[in-house]
Amino acid sequence: MNRIYACIDGQSHTLSVIDWSAWAAQRLNVPLEFLHVLERHSERARTQDFSGAIGLGAQEAILQDLSRQDALHSKQAIEAGRRLLSSARERAAQAGVDQLDGRLRHGEFVATVQELEVDAQLLVLGEHCRPAPTQDLNFDHHLEEVIRCTQRSVLMATKAQFVPPKQFAWAFDGSSAASKTLDLITSSPLLTGLAALVVMAGANSPERMQQLQQAQQTLEKAGFDVKVQLIAGEPNEVLPAFVKAQGAHLLVMGAFGRSWFKQLMTGSTTRTVLRVSDVPVLILR
Amino acid sequence: MLSKTIRQDWLSNIRGDLLAGLVVALALIPEAIAFSIIAGVDPQVGLYASFSMAVLIALTGGRPGMISAATGAMALVMVLLVKEHGLQYLFATTVLTGVLQIVSGVVKLGALMRFVSRSVITGFVNALAILIFLAQLPELTNVSWVVYAMTAAGLGIIYGLPYITKAVPSPLVTIVVLTSVAMALGLDIRTVGDMGQLPDSLPVFLLPDVPLNWHTLRIILPYAATLAVVGLLESMMTAAIVDELTDTPSNKNRECVGQGVANIATGFLGGMAGCAMIGQSMINVKSGCRGRLSTFSAGLFLLILIVFLGPWVKQIPMAALVAVMIMVSIGTFSWSSLLKLREHPPSSSLVMMATVVVTVSTHDLAKGVFVGVLLSGIFFAHKVGKVLRVDRSSDDAGRVRTYRVLGQVFFASSETFVASFDYKEVVEKVRIDVSRAHFWDITAVSALDKVVLKFKREGAEVEVIGLNQASATMVDRFAVHDKPDAVEQLMH
Repeated sequence: MNRIYACIDGQSHTLSVIDWSAWAAQRLNVPLEFLHVLERHSERARTQDFSGAIGLGAQEAILQDLSRQDALHSKQAIEAGRRLLSSARERAAQAGVDQLDGRLRHGEFVATVQELEVDAQLLVLGEHCRPAPTQDLNFDHHLEEVIRCTQRSVLMATKAQFVPPKQFAWAFDGSSAASKTLDLITSSPLLTGLAALVVMAGANSPERMQQLQQAQQTLEKAGFDVKVQLIAGEPNEVLPAFVKAQGAHLLVMGAFGRSWFKQLMTGSTTRTVLRVSDVPVLILR
Repeated sequence: MLSKTIRQDWLSNIRGDLLAGLVVALALIPEAIAFSIIAGVDPQVGLYASFSMAVLIALTGGRPGMISAATGAMALVMVLLVKEHGLQYLFATTVLTGVLQIVSGVVKLGALMRFVSRSVITGFVNALAILIFLAQLPELTNVSWVVYAMTAAGLGIIYGLPYITKAVPSPLVTIVVLTSVAMALGLDIRTVGDMGQLPDSLPVFLLPDVPLNWHTLRIILPYAATLAVVGLLESMMTAAIVDELTDTPSNKNRECVGQGVANIATGFLGGMAGCAMIGQSMINVKSGCRGRLSTFSAGLFLLILIVFLGPWVKQIPMAALVAVMIMVSIGTFSWSSLLKLREHPPSSSLVMMATVVVTVSTHDLAKGVFVGVLLSGIFFAHKVGKVLRVDRSSDDAGRVRTYRVLGQVFFASSETFVASFDYKEVVEKVRIDVSRAHFWDITAVSALDKVVLKFKREGAEVEVIGLNQASATMVDRFAVHDKPDAVEQLMH
């Protein structure tokens, strides 16, 4: 529980992942380690030979051919990964982080993160890669899979350029899990000093108002500058847009509930929010 | 959300899989027809089998990207059954073969493959290639020069075309060109249509028309057992090859069960027993397949082509098929194994050759592999048996003789062990230190008893040191893999 892992892959959100992780490392005062995983994708083929003819020593020839291709691609990927890591470290060092490291691993992304998270305090990942309008199927489920199986807090950076956050919004649902999230918010140095906006989605009711006020009091006691807001609608539909409109820089959410049923229900809310939010999302646990 | 394995196995390489599936389907047609002819059944039986094997193994198999269909290895086993008892018994045998394969998958017989050495696998593959080639010879004997010319032209296209373009399967071009030439010139040569009935409809479910009694079982069980073994052997070997080519793992026991399910279904659909195909699987991987979709689509394409292009398929000259099959045979044969025959240890080469010779002479791959495995076991025992040394030293002015035994004592080395002692020497006491030896079996212990007895008869007093350590290896269940120090102890 003593470092931040920032997972970078060179996509459009990489710069923002670096910046957010540098910000979090300084806030939490822990080392920052950049992680780049080289996935082999042996389930996809690269060959373009439809001749269907096999000649003398076909087995050896095919094996040599395929392994040569793999070796070539691996070398290129390693080279690119090294460059990516060193430029990330440079950028984080400029931002003022002094304890920096980079790690290049072969393997499957989610499994690698699971192996490393033992000593992680926070994972920083890039947002879900949104499919192009022409693409129906979307195979990028890394972020969701990591969030589903990790025991750590996850910060999802979006493509939006990083600005040092001044205000965070907390998606509050009044559940028992929310009080745990409240503890995490007040106890961690990550969010101290930022203005808090507690948002609850749902129809107006005295019960909800009371829950909101309780949350407000606890946060104020902890020294936060707090605003509360109840908005009508389903959380996954109204929250992201509202948070963006309010100018919050970070959307904080509690982790999924523990039971599979809850995961199924709230999981879909969280997943939708993760997919549509333009504001970076912090999932606390 | 789709489960991750399904996504990975079916959808991660759609374009490559579909194209490879098409290439394979086109190459499967001549093979299925050729193997039906080997087995002595109508081409329809092999074609239905290839369709249902491919489609079902795609769903149930343990090795994505491997092609299963009607194969030569299986066809060779069933020749006599078809000749003596007819087609219905073949269908029943196919179903029983599947049942046996499922059982072997459930009891995890796939693990036995580790006893099949590299040399046996190479021998198996080479024997298969030779058998496929030999099966083409009837089409090439007592025929006019036109057939030779056609076959040669076919091979020319198959191997020449890829130098010009790799966008179209050259076996397909061969078949199209040769068929057109034969039809245009009205050549009087044998065509597929002469070989028997071709499918004109989709396969339908049918129960094999055999009496369900002991007599039937006694006829089909020996065939089914051989078919099950041959099918699993070729499937496991092909899986190992595909594993190596794609650098991905496979589930061998799931493959056993999958082969069984596919064979049962094939039997009920009027097909002959099949298994994985080495040549086709290599073509598949080479053409860019990685997932299950390829095998599945190969089966579907095959059926569509056959049912809708039936009248055209009938016109394909046998010479074109022979050319394709010669290509498969050449591609399957491991030429490097011939080149390395001298480099490899003589025992390995001998195992390989024995596997080939036995298989080719019996037309039964199971027998060949059995002989190969047996020989490699014997050679291995012989080699390890040489790891034995008996040092001697004497003290107490020659009155006491100490023998220190080092190495492996078991059935293959026990004779050497007994002969390593000097019984003619007159000493008062003999000390045999076996603490650095390993006694692997009962033979080893009785050899030691024999040595002790011999010395005692000569009037010497015998002391054996460290027998407990030495015979620790005898306990069958001793497992060193889970105790790191145990290996150290064993190897001293």
